[in-house]
Amino acid sequence: MISNQSSQSKNPNPIKQEFLITALIKAAGYSAIVFVGMIFLFLMLEGLPALKQVDLSSLLSSRWYPIEDYYGILPLIGGSLIITIGATLIALPFGVGTAIYLSEIAPRWVRELLKPLVEILGGLPSVVLGFLGMLVLSPYLRTLLDLPTGLTALAGSILLGGIAIPTVVSVAEDALDAVPKSYRDASLAIGATEWQTIWRVTLPAARSGVLTAIMLGIGRAIGETMTVMMVTGNAPILPTGLKDLLSPVRTMTATIAAEMGEVANGSTHYHVLFLIGIVLFLISLTVNITASAVVFRQRKSQERILS
Amino acid sequence: MKLFNRQQKQQIGKSILTLMTFFTVLPIVATVIYILILGLPAINLEFITAFPREGMREGGILPAIIGTFYLTLGTAFFAVPLGIGSAIYLSEYAPDNKATQLIRIAIINLAGIPSVVYGLFGLGLFVLFLQFGTSILAGSLTLSIMTLPVVISTAEEAIRAVPQAFRTVSISLGATKWQTIRRIVLPQALPGILTGVILGLERAAGETAPILFTVAAFFLPRLPNSPLDATMALPYHLFVISTQVPGMPIKIQYGTALVLLVFVLSMNLIATTIRSRARARRQW
Repeated sequence: MISNQSSQSKNPNPIKQEFLITALIKAAGYSAIVFVGMIFLFLMLEGLPALKQVDLSSLLSSRWYPIEDYYGILPLIGGSLIITIGATLIALPFGVGTAIYLSEIAPRWVRELLKPLVEILGGLPSVVLGFLGMLVLSPYLRTLLDLPTGLTALAGSILLGGIAIPTVVSVAEDALDAVPKSYRDASLAIGATEWQTIWRVTLPAARSGVLTAIMLGIGRAIGETMTVMMVTGNAPILPTGLKDLLSPVRTMTATIAAEMGEVANGSTHYHVLFLIGIVLFLISLTVNITASAVVFRQRKSQERILS
Repeated sequence: MKLFNRQQKQQIGKSILTLMTFFTVLPIVATVIYILILGLPAINLEFITAFPREGMREGGILPAIIGTFYLTLGTAFFAVPLGIGSAIYLSEYAPDNKATQLIRIAIINLAGIPSVVYGLFGLGLFVLFLQFGTSILAGSLTLSIMTLPVVISTAEEAIRAVPQAFRTVSISLGATKWQTIRRIVLPQALPGILTGVILGLERAAGETAPILFTVAAFFLPRLPNSPLDATMALPYHLFVISTQVPGMPIKIQYGTALVLLVFVLSMNLIATTIRSRARARRQW
């Protein structure tokens, strides 16, 4: 393995080199913190001026019509919310169900075949899903449900559910895999069926990982942009209940993507779009910190049991 | 009285889960096949080697293909050294303390930040503040920060998987820590790292939202010739021709979707092939 010994002599001062490289590696190690900090900083710099230019009551109203200076972001938050709920209703059962099937029931060859397929879904560009959503899914939903337009929150929810599924499957499957085999053996030995073992032993033992999987899936759904922009019709109307799944909505992400290209830098509209970016950033921060806190806590309690 | 006995319950339960998995996987396969069937008629030599003509309604999509290629390269240029450096730090150097935990939380958060927020950040920092303009440079930097968490976490996993004994032996022979990492650990971890890098780049190549305000040109009748040029890109081009251009022939839309899909899926295939071959060949 160590074939090239000559560089030792080429380099007169290996200690200095070692020191330099260690410093570089350390800097790279901390870069993630720097980037999160910088992203937050720039969002604040460009977004906070909006709070000075538009008063809070107007921001929290339900009318989004920037051309006439109506900057109510409630319909956008509502739009993101309803689509995310819809997506969760799809990704939760199908994602967790697939994870259980792959980890507990499927024969080895099925598992080896299906796992890469689910990974492929994770790699499909969102713009391709949006494209098919526009051309195939929404016309189908329109005729099936007899709607005036197929570009609805429902279409967005279905596609976002699909986008969240790979995340849910892979994280939940890892969690199920990590449950020690002895748990299952013990349960089967005292006469439980495999099915009872899955529900009463394996799944409860993996619950924190499965919960993390669901949270991360939800995080993906809230942040998704192109697909929702293409299939949800983009009408900034505040949804009031699940029945609004059948009408067009507009999400925070789609609003930024659709309007940022056309605003003048430094205008009120520009700052408000960054403010929406802050809201999105804080939501994803909350979701991810909660998800990782669940994992850390679980690890600690496991350590306590094992020691 | 019980409706089913537990054996029957098990049968029913397993069937339901099998069915759910089927309905999860079916749309994936259907999507790929559907685009393949409808996109193939559009694909010919002209389509992938010519410039768009007649308001993009005819001709090819060469500038978009080249643009996505450059963006992917640019992203790799920044994300690979930084990501691998960070992974080396986390697996070989980082002490188990609060600061390291903070790094891990930061990485998880980077992975969760919505792609359009990366676009905003790239616009604010690279395009406007650093005055790179809408350019390949600004877009690559934006995409590389977005790609970083994938590269870091897969590379770290690959480096950690190298048995500790390898390091011990190397150090005991008098090698320094960096020599050990460079000559022993990294070569062993290379396939895993490569897999992570390609999977990260796959995501970057398919993303639209981060490049909306940082790189993407609606239509540019020439190829970019410097990193400070704007460029067309496949995902954005698909978005444009499917939503912004009226009267766009459906064939060209599906053709563009197919080229993008092939671009992305072939990266996926390369990554998974490297991974499975390395696993099969591994001696430890």
